[in-house]
This record gives sequence, C-alpha cells and structure tokens, in this order.
Amino acid sequence: MTTDDHLADLHAMWRIRVLEEKILELRLAGDVVGSVHLSNGQEAVAVGVCGQLRKQDAVFATYRGHGWAMARGVPAFPILAEVLARTAGVNGGRGGSAHFSAPEYGFYGENSIVGAGAPIATGAALASTFDKSGRVVVTVFGDGAMNQGAVPEAMNFAAAMNLPVIFVCENNKYSELTPINDMVRNPDLSARATALGIPATRVDGNDAAEVAAATALAIQTARHGLGPTFIEAHTRRIVGHYIGDAQQYRPEGELEADLAAEPIVRLSHQLIASGVAADTVDAARRRAVTEIEEAARRALAASAADPATALEHLYA
Amino acid sequence: MRETVKLNYGGAVNAALARSLDDYPEAILFGEDVAVPGGVFGVTRGLRKAFGPRVFDTPISETAMLGAAIGSAMMGRRPIVEIMWMDFMFVAFDQIVNQASNVRYVSEGRLTAPLTIRTQQGNAPGACAQHSQNMEALLLHVPGIRVAMTSTPQDAYDVLRSAVACDDPVVVIENRSLYAGPKAEIEIGGDPAPIGGHRLRRPGADVTVVTWGSITSRVLAGADRLAAEGIDAEVIEAVWLNPFDHAAVAASVARTGRLVVVHEANTTGGFGAEVVARVVESGATLKSPPRRIGARDSRIPAAVGLAAAVLPQEDDIVSGLRAAVAG
Ligand SMILES: Cc1ncc(C[n+]2csc(CCOP(=O)(O)OP(=O)(O)O)c2C)c(N)n1
Ligand SMILES: [Mg+2]
Repeated sequence: MTTDDHLADLHAMWRIRVLEEKILELRLAGDVVGSVHLSNGQEAVAVGVCGQLRKQDAVFATYRGHGWAMARGVPAFPILAEVLARTAGVNGGRGGSAHFSAPEYGFYGENSIVGAGAPIATGAALASTFDKSGRVVVTVFGDGAMNQGAVPEAMNFAAAMNLPVIFVCENNKYSELTPINDMVRNPDLSARATALGIPATRVDGNDAAEVAAATALAIQTARHGLGPTFIEAHTRRIVGHYIGDAQQYRPEGELEADLAAEPIVRLSHQLIASGVAADTVDAARRRAVTEIEEAARRALAASAADPATALEHLYA
Repeated sequence: MRETVKLNYGGAVNAALARSLDDYPEAILFGEDVAVPGGVFGVTRGLRKAFGPRVFDTPISETAMLGAAIGSAMMGRRPIVEIMWMDFMFVAFDQIVNQASNVRYVSEGRLTAPLTIRTQQGNAPGACAQHSQNMEALLLHVPGIRVAMTSTPQDAYDVLRSAVACDDPVVVIENRSLYAGPKAEIEIGGDPAPIGGHRLRRPGADVTVVTWGSITSRVLAGADRLAAEGIDAEVIEAVWLNPFDHAAVAASVARTGRLVVVHEANTTGGFGAEVVARVVESGATLKSPPRRIGARDSRIPAAVGLAAAVLPQEDDIVSGLRAAVAG
C-alpha cells in the first residue's frame, strides 16, 4: 500500500467519524429522534472491507450501519436526511437510523434484529450462483450475534452450498452492556466457522489495511467458486452501545486504552511517523468536516417526510 | 406484609420480581443484560445483588432462553425470562407456539411449564419497524399461553406477581415508554390474585370502550375531552387478554348499547375483532355498529411524523367515539 492509499483510508474513516459525530450532535439537540447506534472506533472494518468490493457486490449490515453505508458510497446527505426523517432521506424516513438501505450503492440495508442479516446475505449469495454475476456478498454482525441461531444456520448453509458470502464479525468485545467473554466459553469466535469447514481468520479490526488484505483473499475465494470465508475483526467501539448508554460496564482505564488504539489516531500517528506532513494528515479530517457540515446544513433545511405518504410502498 | 409505597412503572416491575424471587425459592430470572447491568431499561437493577446466581445474564439466544425456561420449568423451577422487545420473540417463536403451549395439554397434565415471559412492545418516537410492533394478537391465537398487558404501576406489580404464581406459561407485555413514568402510590406485598379480570377505568353510560396497554391513557384523555361535549364513555382496560373478561364487556355493552375497541396493534386480525365478534355473537342489541380503532395496516415507519399517521392518535379515538355515539 502506498502513502496515498493510507491517506485515502484515513479520509474514508474521518468521513464516517465526522458523520457519526454530527448525528450525535443532532440527536442531543433533538433534531434526530429515537435510538441511534454509532460506530465510532470501528471505522477501519467498514473501510477495509468495502474498499475491496466492486459496485455489484452487496453488503448487509446492522443497526450500527451508518459507516458501512458511507463506505459503500452512499453520500452523507441522504444518510443524514434519513436519520432526520426527511423526504430526501435514502428511504424517505421509513428506515431511520437503524434500518435504512440503499441498494443502488450495494448497501442492502441495516437490520435491527440481531443476526438476521446473515441468512439474507446467504440468500443474496445464492442468487449469485444462478445469475452468474460474480457478485460477492458481505454480511457484517457483532460478536454477540454469533450466539443467535440465525448466524450459525446461515454459515452452515453457505458452507454446504458453497456460496460466495463473507461473514464479517465485528468483535467489539461487548453485546450491548454485556462482555462477550462472559457469554461464550471459547473467546475465539472464528473457531465456530472453522468447525463448519469455513476458512476463518482473525484480524486487527483497527487496521484498515489488514482488514482489506483479509477481505481481498476472501473475495478471491468467493469469486473462484470456493465458497464462504469468515473474518473476525477485533475492534472497539469508543462510544456507548446507543446514544445515552452510561457505559458503567467498562472497567476503569479501558476507554482510555481504546481511545489510544482507535484506528484514526493510529493511522494518523503511523503516517506522521513515516514522514507525511502533519498538515497533509489533518487535511483528511478537514475535507471530511467540510463535506459533512454542508450535507447536514442541507439535510436540516430539507422538508420533513410527508405523513400523507405514510401508507405508500406496502405492496407492489 | 402489605404496604403502600411510591413507585413508578419500572420500579413496580422490579418490586414484583423481587417479591416473586422471595416467595418462590424455585424462581429464577434471566435474559439479555438483565443481571449484572440491571437491564437495558434499568428495570431489573439490584436483583442480581439481592438474589445472586438465581438472576443471570444470557447470550443473545432467544431460542435457548425460552427453551431453557420451558425445560427448567418442567423440572420444577419457576423461570421468569425477559425478551427485551416483543419483536425479538419471533426468532424463537417455536418455543412458545409449538413447545410451551403444548407442555400441559399433550402430556395429559403430567407435565407443566410454569414460566413467565416478560417483554415489552409498541412504538416509541423514532423507533424502527423492527422495534415498534404490537403483536399480542399472535399470542392470543395460541391456546395454552396466557397473556396480560399492563399500563399502570399497580397493575405492573399485581399482574406480574399473578403471572409468576400461575402454573402455566404467561406472557406479560409491558411498554418501555412507561418504565420511567411518574411514581404512584401502590400497594405491594399481598398475596398474588388469580389471573384474569379487567379494570374499570372510567364508568360511563353512552359507549363502552375496551382497550389495553399504554394506549389506555390516550383513550382516557379522549374520553375526558368527550365528557365536555356531553358524551359519557365507559372505559374498560383489559389487563388480562387471556383469559379475557368477555362477561364484563358484555355487561357494560348491555348498559351502554355501544362498543368501541381501541388498540395500538394493527386493526386487521387484531384482538379487537375478537372482542367485537363475541359481543355480536351474543346477540346484544346495539344502538350503533361496533367499531375498531387500531393501527392502519402498515409497517411502522421510523419517522415520527409518518408513524403518527399510522398509529391511532387521541383525535382518532375522539372522532371514533363521537361517531359511535352519533350512529
Ligand atoms: C434477536 C434480537 N435480540 C436482542 C436484540 C437487542 N440487541 C440489540 S443490539 C444487541 C447487542 C448486539 O451485540 P453485537 O452482536 O456484539 O453487536 P454490537 O452492537 O456490539 O455491534 C442486542 C442484544 C435484538 N435487536 N435482536
Ligand atoms: Mg459487539
């Protein structure tokens, strides 16, 4: 990877971070209403994976999905307009923060039922085997979702049918307020994939380049008709599970350590250490801020979803 | 020991759980985030500390949670399991519809499953379509499962205690928008009442309104508005939906001659249809056609403005009652 590649990753991560911080600000100000799950600290997974995908490929995400949408190319404006319940939102306010989709960008949607995206992604991969599109499907879910029956069912289905799907587990150590290690005996979640005959790898999810390398291999496997791969990406969310989470479950010092190891800080330090000018590194942030501020201004000015349309789109 | 205490709805649930764990050494309480964190809504706070390993956190495995409740209940435990949202029950519906429901019946009463499932449902501002549904009718279509829904601190306490005492599977449906509500003086500590019965929230002469769940307060607000117009609505809150107090509804309708059912759940296939059908089948003489007021049959949009167009609002209730009385 060249310095420019790293700078591009940094910019992509800043775009997500600044978007999330803007959504937090709008939520605290009361412009955004309802439960919101931010992905601060986990940006390298979305950026690392999506950077390897082609336009035709499909991503199925979770409620913690703003960053995945953005990494797939969904612009900031329709995302912000969606969480602000505006007509101009990607789904006109129907989906909201936790359940929107933008298939025109290969973003097949968030899902607010833990684990539910995995079988659906498996179905999307099944379609690839019939339409010969070469489409690879990514489904992302958390560590806690590994304990939901839908996930192992989907994994085995994909393994048995040799489907081009990549299971990405964002292991951020917690499921809501409960540490994953209290809820499993074997903390190596990837071992479950191995047991099903699925090639599995554990990567540093705070390193976009490492995530990208694992994804590239998984994509190659899938495109060659060799079936699914499982990627366990170790990362940390440096915010609460949802906005308002008091995070009393965190041991002392944990958040500080996580903040020091988060992907944007890390890559910035790495670039500066390798001789890139501090101003060049900071430009990635500044560009993101300018873009998101402008998108937020437009989204706030956009008109609210029209109640008269509430019953549209239920059936064909 | 009976005593009067000031508790909000969430506090009343907590008190009922604590008392049930005290009363029944065989009671166990589990669910996602319920023990060490004290629940995502803080409702089970302190119970882990008070009752130790009888209160525990589980993986995000609703099938295993509900199955574990059934199996342990068959073996003499009295499990109380929390399903964080009604919408999450569906990943494990087999355990309720095919399993818990059948334990007593197909074993000719040799086996029982005295378990309580606590959950909560309904829309809250901004909630997505998978966190907004009112699905009591699905459970009410399943004989063998008892169902209750509460909206006041007193009932949150009383009904939960009755549910735990019941020797059959009971689903108690709460509502997250009520947990942090205002405190009220409630009486706690008595013996649990048998399941069943209704609450007369407002006596009236012109129309019988049957409702349940958190929308009850909206119905009462609407009834108060109509009182100013000279319309006197009788409001019955059906805290127990199975068993349902059809006799109480019939007796009220016999006096008022009019019936409106209000629920937040979808109108089509909603339990309101059953309530209306029973009254009609009984041959009651009605002064106007019975009415149902429920959600317009739709998915629930996240946008608050859109959701308000789908879910029954106070104005919808007022105009529905007005039309019923005029008709
Ligand atoms: C079937 C189901 N059960 C429970 C929940 C409530 N819930 C939402 S997020 C969550 C934790 C998920 O943890 P994890 O899979 O690790 O993902 P993370 O939130 O950490 O990204 C839970 C329990 C749900 N949405 N769906
Ligand atoms: Mg997690």
